[in-house]
Amino acid sequence: MMLKIEELHANIEDKEILRGVNLELNAGEVHAIMGPNGSGKSTLASVLIGREGYEVSGSVTYEGQDLLALSPEDRAAAGVFLAFQHPVEIPGVGNMYFMRTALNSLRRQRGQEELDPVDFLALAQERMTLVEMDQSFMNRSVNEGFSGGEKKRNEILQMAILEPKLAILDETDSGLDIDALRVVANGVNALRSEGRAMLVITHHQRLLDYIVPDRVHVMAAGQIVRSGDKDLAVELEEHGYADQGRPTPVGVTR
Amino acid sequence: MTIVTAVGGVLARVEPQRGDGDPAWLAEARRAALGWVGEHGFPTSKDEDWKYTGLGPILAVPFEAATAGSGRLVSPDEIDEIAVDLGGPRLVFVNGHFAAELSRLTGLPDGAEVTNLASVLAAGPERLEPFFSHTPGEHHAFAAFNDVLAEDGAFVHLTAGTSVDEPIQFVFFSNTSGFELMSSPRSVILAEAGSRATIVETYAGIDGDVYCTNAVTEAVLGDGARIEHYKVQDEPVTSFHLALLDVRQGRNSRFSSRSVMLGASIARHEVRVLFEDVGAEVSLDGVYLPQGEQLHDNTIFVDHAAADCTSHQLYKGVLDGRGHGVFNGHIMVRPGADGTDANQNNKNLILSDRAEVDTRPRLEIYTDDVKCTHGAAVGQLDEEALLYLRARGLPLEEARGLLIYAFVHEMVDRIELEPLRTQLEALVAARFADGDHPVEP
Repeated sequence: MMLKIEELHANIEDKEILRGVNLELNAGEVHAIMGPNGSGKSTLASVLIGREGYEVSGSVTYEGQDLLALSPEDRAAAGVFLAFQHPVEIPGVGNMYFMRTALNSLRRQRGQEELDPVDFLALAQERMTLVEMDQSFMNRSVNEGFSGGEKKRNEILQMAILEPKLAILDETDSGLDIDALRVVANGVNALRSEGRAMLVITHHQRLLDYIVPDRVHVMAAGQIVRSGDKDLAVELEEHGYADQGRPTPVGVTR
Repeated sequence: MTIVTAVGGVLARVEPQRGDGDPAWLAEARRAALGWVGEHGFPTSKDEDWKYTGLGPILAVPFEAATAGSGRLVSPDEIDEIAVDLGGPRLVFVNGHFAAELSRLTGLPDGAEVTNLASVLAAGPERLEPFFSHTPGEHHAFAAFNDVLAEDGAFVHLTAGTSVDEPIQFVFFSNTSGFELMSSPRSVILAEAGSRATIVETYAGIDGDVYCTNAVTEAVLGDGARIEHYKVQDEPVTSFHLALLDVRQGRNSRFSSRSVMLGASIARHEVRVLFEDVGAEVSLDGVYLPQGEQLHDNTIFVDHAAADCTSHQLYKGVLDGRGHGVFNGHIMVRPGADGTDANQNNKNLILSDRAEVDTRPRLEIYTDDVKCTHGAAVGQLDEEALLYLRARGLPLEEARGLLIYAFVHEMVDRIELEPLRTQLEALVAARFADGDHPVEP
């Protein structure tokens, strides 16, 4: 098993946001986490990559390691990646330079040889085709002045270049029009592989028409309240989240 | 030490050296300047323009005036190391005095004279009279002391229409061999109508030497003249650096100044610009990076005394350790200076809770038809950006280094001279990178 989350709690300023999350994810699987705003989906992503400011209890085991004990950069080196819901603009740092520095930083921490600019450029150009980005994006500052769709594509490009084992996509579909959604989804699908697991966090079923998950989990009030196969997403689209907070009565099929 | 004894002490040390061989007007100007200091003393924290920059540590050192030949021999390699050779004319000064054997004055077009001030004083001193005839009201003690003590410096004279393509370098290197010296270089840039040149001033010295550089550079631009000025201040932290760049601009002239402050214990870079005629433009940029116990003071005065002139200022500081930054920018728009377009902006990044910055952008406007803006910002590293970089695998220190570099990069990027930009990128990056993996530009 790649990722095992057990009884994960997270508080911020005495407010309990995660209230005992349990989840298991195997290599090669894509799981979707759905749920209404404020259900704790993004907090789960934040806690998994090590954002500061949360009081966390419970356990997260990633490839046999205690993930919660690692710094954000050590989690990245171990193969954990988050496609941010709100990618950060960093004026003054070139996109190409940023990605090469990130990749080489990971390679260094893994004891691999660093890529020189020429080799990196070749790699980047190959991966850019996955998300239909051209060279001009690489010559701009990281995310600066990018449209919403360009920012999300830039996240998937980073994922394609950094080749994580566990990719968490936080609301990657938010704010995308249908064309951008298709581009992003195609990029993600191209990166599905046997050795890689993905956790796709989304508010809308729409994304899951393009990225078909192996499992769907519904989060409400800081817990996973239902799990099922991809049809659960369709059901949610039809009936909404309104009654998902309540436990399913025994013997009732939804 | 009280101000009176400080002045008295300095006067007693410098006075005997004056008088020999100066033309009458210069001897008189020096006497007047000295008299002014005697009367007004050194600035104190009660002085608006010196409020945050205490001079106690400088006045506590019994500096003597540096004389020609007071440094040990300096090798050309040492100069190349501190000031990347830009290929054009290069004037090198050691402790404020011209070092001909380290300098290169070839390759100049007709109409361009590049030499040292002492040569001009020896050959035709009357040309310098306009530059030593400030009215006392414009003085402060250090500018006055430069009047009193200046014997040498750079001298550039471009006749009308002369264009010098290669940058002209002034290198001020201090090597005081353990003596506590004050050097007082005085440089003059005289750009007649329609002339063009790029000037690069570099100040550096030997770590551990206790000295004070008290430099004045004057630039006078005729109608339509264009001067690009760069300054790199990389003096050792055992030294003090006080400098005044005084600019007077004619009709439709353009001046730009880009300053990078890295070194010295107490450093002050003062720029004064006077628009004497209409349509002139000035662009003043600066980076200051105090850390440890350093104090970096940028004091700017732009005097819009003529209509339709444009001035832009952007100063960025990164403050670490107990570093202290001062931005004191003052724009004056005189009555009748209609059509003025002036802005000033100061941005600071504070890395340590013991660092301090005092920022004072000021606009003083006496006419209606103007476009003036100013702003100041003080912030810390963006936590979200730090997390973003770390989540991509950059170790904390490297992520910090990259964000700091990104903050100042905009300024370094404005340096159009490629070899100089490369040198400064490396200097700035090295300052904020962790030891193992310096941040590349």
